[in-house]
Amino acid sequence: MTRPLHPGAWWAWALLLATAATRTTNPLLLGLALGVASFVVAGRRTPRGGRAFGFFVRLGAFVLAIRLVFETLFGSPLPGHVLVRLPSVPLPSALAGLRIGGAVTAESLVSAGYGGLQLATLLICLGAANSLASPRRLLRSLPGALYELGVAVTVAMSFAPQLVLAGSRVRRARRLRGKSTSGLRGWVGSALPVLQDGLESSIDLAAAMDSRGFGRRGPSSRTRARAASSALLIGMLAVAAAMYGLLAAGSPALIGLPLLLGGSGIAAAAVLLGGHGVVRTKYRPDAWGAPEWLVVAAGLAAVLGMIGAGRVAPGSLHTGAYPIVAPALPWPAVVGLAMALLPAFLSTKRPASSRRIETGELIGAAR
Amino acid sequence: MIRFDHVSFRYATAEIPTLRDVELEIPDGELVLVIGRTGAGKSTLLRAINGLAPHFTGGTLTGRVSVDGRDTRHNPPRELADVVGYVGQNPLSGFVTDSVEEELAYAMESLGLDPAVMRQRVEETLDLLGLSSLRDRPLVELSSGQQQRVAIGSVLTAGPRVLVLDEPTSALDPPAAEEVLAALTRLVHDLGLTVVLAEHRLERVVQYADRVLQVLPGGAVVDDLPASAMARAPVAPPVVELGRLAGWRPLPLSVRDARRAATSLKERLAGVAAPSPSVGRVGAVVARTRDLVVRYDDVVALAGVDLEVAAGEVVALMGRNGAGKSTLLASLVGLLTPTRGQIAVDGKQPHRLASTQIVRLVGLVPQEPADLFCAESVAEELTADGHGDTARRLLARLAPDVEPATHPRDLSEGQRLAVALALVLAAAPPLLLLDEPTRGLDYPAKSRLVEVLREYARTGTAIVIATHDVELAADVATRTVVLADGEVVADGRTADVVTASPAFAPQVAKILHPLPWLTVSQVRRGLEASAL
Repeated sequence: MTRPLHPGAWWAWALLLATAATRTTNPLLLGLALGVASFVVAGRRTPRGGRAFGFFVRLGAFVLAIRLVFETLFGSPLPGHVLVRLPSVPLPSALAGLRIGGAVTAESLVSAGYGGLQLATLLICLGAANSLASPRRLLRSLPGALYELGVAVTVAMSFAPQLVLAGSRVRRARRLRGKSTSGLRGWVGSALPVLQDGLESSIDLAAAMDSRGFGRRGPSSRTRARAASSALLIGMLAVAAAMYGLLAAGSPALIGLPLLLGGSGIAAAAVLLGGHGVVRTKYRPDAWGAPEWLVVAAGLAAVLGMIGAGRVAPGSLHTGAYPIVAPALPWPAVVGLAMALLPAFLSTKRPASSRRIETGELIGAAR
Repeated sequence: MIRFDHVSFRYATAEIPTLRDVELEIPDGELVLVIGRTGAGKSTLLRAINGLAPHFTGGTLTGRVSVDGRDTRHNPPRELADVVGYVGQNPLSGFVTDSVEEELAYAMESLGLDPAVMRQRVEETLDLLGLSSLRDRPLVELSSGQQQRVAIGSVLTAGPRVLVLDEPTSALDPPAAEEVLAALTRLVHDLGLTVVLAEHRLERVVQYADRVLQVLPGGAVVDDLPASAMARAPVAPPVVELGRLAGWRPLPLSVRDARRAATSLKERLAGVAAPSPSVGRVGAVVARTRDLVVRYDDVVALAGVDLEVAAGEVVALMGRNGAGKSTLLASLVGLLTPTRGQIAVDGKQPHRLASTQIVRLVGLVPQEPADLFCAESVAEELTADGHGDTARRLLARLAPDVEPATHPRDLSEGQRLAVALALVLAAAPPLLLLDEPTRGLDYPAKSRLVEVLREYARTGTAIVIATHDVELAADVATRTVVLADGEVVADGRTADVVTASPAFAPQVAKILHPLPWLTVSQVRRGLEASAL
C-alpha cells in the first residue's frame, strides 16, 4: 500500500488509545500504552511529525514532574513510609485542609506518580495523533458545510507561529534602537508593532483568498445556507443540553436521551443540507477503505481490552498506593494493547522518496 | 481583454484621487509593465483589474473596468477568480495551505472544478513552472524564488486569461528573479496569457515588456511602447542610460541588443584608462570577525567567516537568499551570539554590550524597516532618540515628501526605509549596516540613498550593505564580498568580483565585457576624458 492513510483513521486510533489510558492508573499498562504510541509513531509518522511528538513527550514529562513536585510540597500525605521530612510552614486553622512542607511519604509520591503518568500518557497519545497525520489534513476532510470553520481554524493555526516570528523580529529591532525589550514597557512597546504586523499579513491573506475565489456564491441560495447554519446551531445546543442532563447527577436520563438523539439528528441534517449546495470540490480527497477500518479497530481493541480487564480482574486497572503493591498485569488489557500495535505493521511505510526515473536510466536499463 | 473606461479612484481617507480619468485598452496576450514613483498608485491600478479595488480596499471607483467583458462593478474578486489571477507583493502571506500541491489546488477547489480536471491542471502547472520536484514540500521551507513561482502557479491553476503581479521580483536575488521572469515569459508565449506587472527594477523586466503603463503622480496613466517610454523617462535602467549616452538608435532595452550596438563604444573606451577603483581613503579597521560560526539548531548559517571592514569602506555583501548575509549583519550588531569564533567592533564584542551602548557603535537598518518604528507619527519617531535635528535634516534629503504627521505604518516602502535610515544615521555610528535597502525603491530614491551613503563613507563611516541589487553594488561599493552557504567565496574590489560572475555582473559590465567598466557615470567620465 503506498497511499497515506486517511488522517481521520489515525486520529481515531490515537484518541481510542487515549480513551483506554483514561480507564487505568496501572503503571505497567500505561507504560505499555506509551510504548505502543511511540512504536507506531516511530514507524509511521509524517516527515515533519517527529517534532510534534517530541514536543508532546516533553510536555508529558513536564506534567509528571509538576505533579510530583506539588505532591511533595503541598499534598496531604498518605500515611506510611516517610522518605524525607521537609520544614513545614504552620498555617492558621482556617486553612486546615492545606499544608506546606512536612513529611513526604513514599506512598503519596507513588500515588501522585500514577496520576501524573496517566495524564502524561493522554498528552502523548494526542502528540501521536499530531505526528501521524497533521491536523490540517484532518480539517481538509471536514464535510462541506463545515468548510468555513475549517478554513478559520487553518488560518488561525498558521497565524500563531507567524505572530511568534514577528514578535522576535520586532524585539530584535527594538534592541537596535537601544530600547529595552524586557519589563512591562518593553512588552507593551513591542506588542503594538507585532499586532499591526499580524493585521497586515491577515489582510494580505484575505485579499489572496478573495482573489482566488474563496466564498464564491454558487447555485446554493443564501436562505438555504442560513437555514443550514441555524439548524446546526440548534442541534448543537440540544446536544449540549442533553449532555448536561446525562452527566449531571439528579436529572432524569429520560429527558437527556431523546434530546441527545434529536439534537444530533438535527445537526447531521444541517451538515447534509449545507453541504448539498456547496460549490467547492476537494482535490485528491483522502480515501477511507479497509486499512482505515483496521486501524480504527486496532484502537478500539485497546479500549475493549481495558473494559475486559475490568471485568476479568476487578481492581487490576487501578494499582493501589496504600499499601504499595506490585501492579497486576491483566491479560485482556495486554492483548488489547498488543492489537493496538497493529497499524505499525499493517501497511508498508510510505515510499521513502518518489525518485524520478530519468530517460537515460531507462535506456541504460534496456541495454 | 482589459478595458478601463474613464476610471478614477479615490481612497476613502484621501483628499486627492489615486487614479484620474484612466482610459486604457489592453489586448489579449500582451505583457504589460506598470511603472511609476513609489506610492504613485501602481498597486491600486493592478487591484482595480480584478476588483480588489474597490471591493476589498474600500474607496470610490467611478467609470468602468471590465475584464473579458465582465464589469468589476458587479463582479467582486472571487467571482473573477477564473478570469484574473492576482499575486500580491508578499507571496508567503497569501498562502492558505501548507504544501505546494495543495496550494496549487486551492483556487480550483473554490471554483468547484472536477477532481479529474484539478489533478491534470496541477500536474501541468507543476511542469510549466518547474515545480515538480517540490510538490510535497512545505511552503515555508521554499526559497523566495520558489515561493513566488508557487504563488503564480496557485492562481494559474484556476485557468485565468489575465495574470496580475505586484512586484514579483523585487525581493529576489538575480538568479531567482530570472527563474520567475522566465516562467512569466513562457506563460505569455505558450499560453497567450495577458500579464500585467508592476516593478521598480526596470533593468530586470523592461526587455520583456510589450507595453509600458506609466502612472504619473497626479493619477494619470500614460500608455506607451517600451522604447519610447524609456527614451523619455527621467531615470532609466543602466542599459537605457548607456544607450542614451552613446546615442544608439533604436534604443536597446536588453543587454544583448546593447552589446551588438556597443562595438564602436568599446573601441573608443579601449584607449581610455580603466576607471580607477573607487576606493576612498581607507582608515582603521572598525569591525573584524575571526572564524565566525553561527548555528541555528541544526542549520549552520555561517561557517567560519573571516572579514575585516575598515573606516571609509563600503562593502557590498552579496549571495543567494539564505546564504548567510542577514545572519552576518545580525551578529555584527550583537543580536546573535556566535557559536564559535570572534567578533570585534571597535575592539568590543557586540553581543556582550547593552543595547544603549550598541546603538552608538553599530547601526542596522533591517530588511523590514518598519520594525524599528515605535511612535505614532514620523515627527515623534524622529525625536524619540534625542537626535531630532540631525534625523529631520537627513529625512528631508532622503525623502522630502514625507509628512511629519503621518503614522509610520502608512508610509510607502521607500519612505519607511528613508525614515529608518534617518533614525539610524542620526546616531552617527562608526559602523552602518543595511539589509536589502533598495527593495521597493524607485530610481530617484535610490540615487539619493547612494549620495548619502557616499557622503557618510567619506567622513569615515564603515558601511556594509547586504543586497541583491548588483547595480547598487556597482555604484556605491568599494569592495564586494560574496557569501555562499555561510562561507566567503569571493572578497575583493567590486570591479573584480562582480565582473567575474555572470549572476552578479551589472548591466554595463555585461555590455562592455571584457572592459572593466561598471556604471554609466564611469563611462560618461571616461568618454569626457577621451574627448579632451
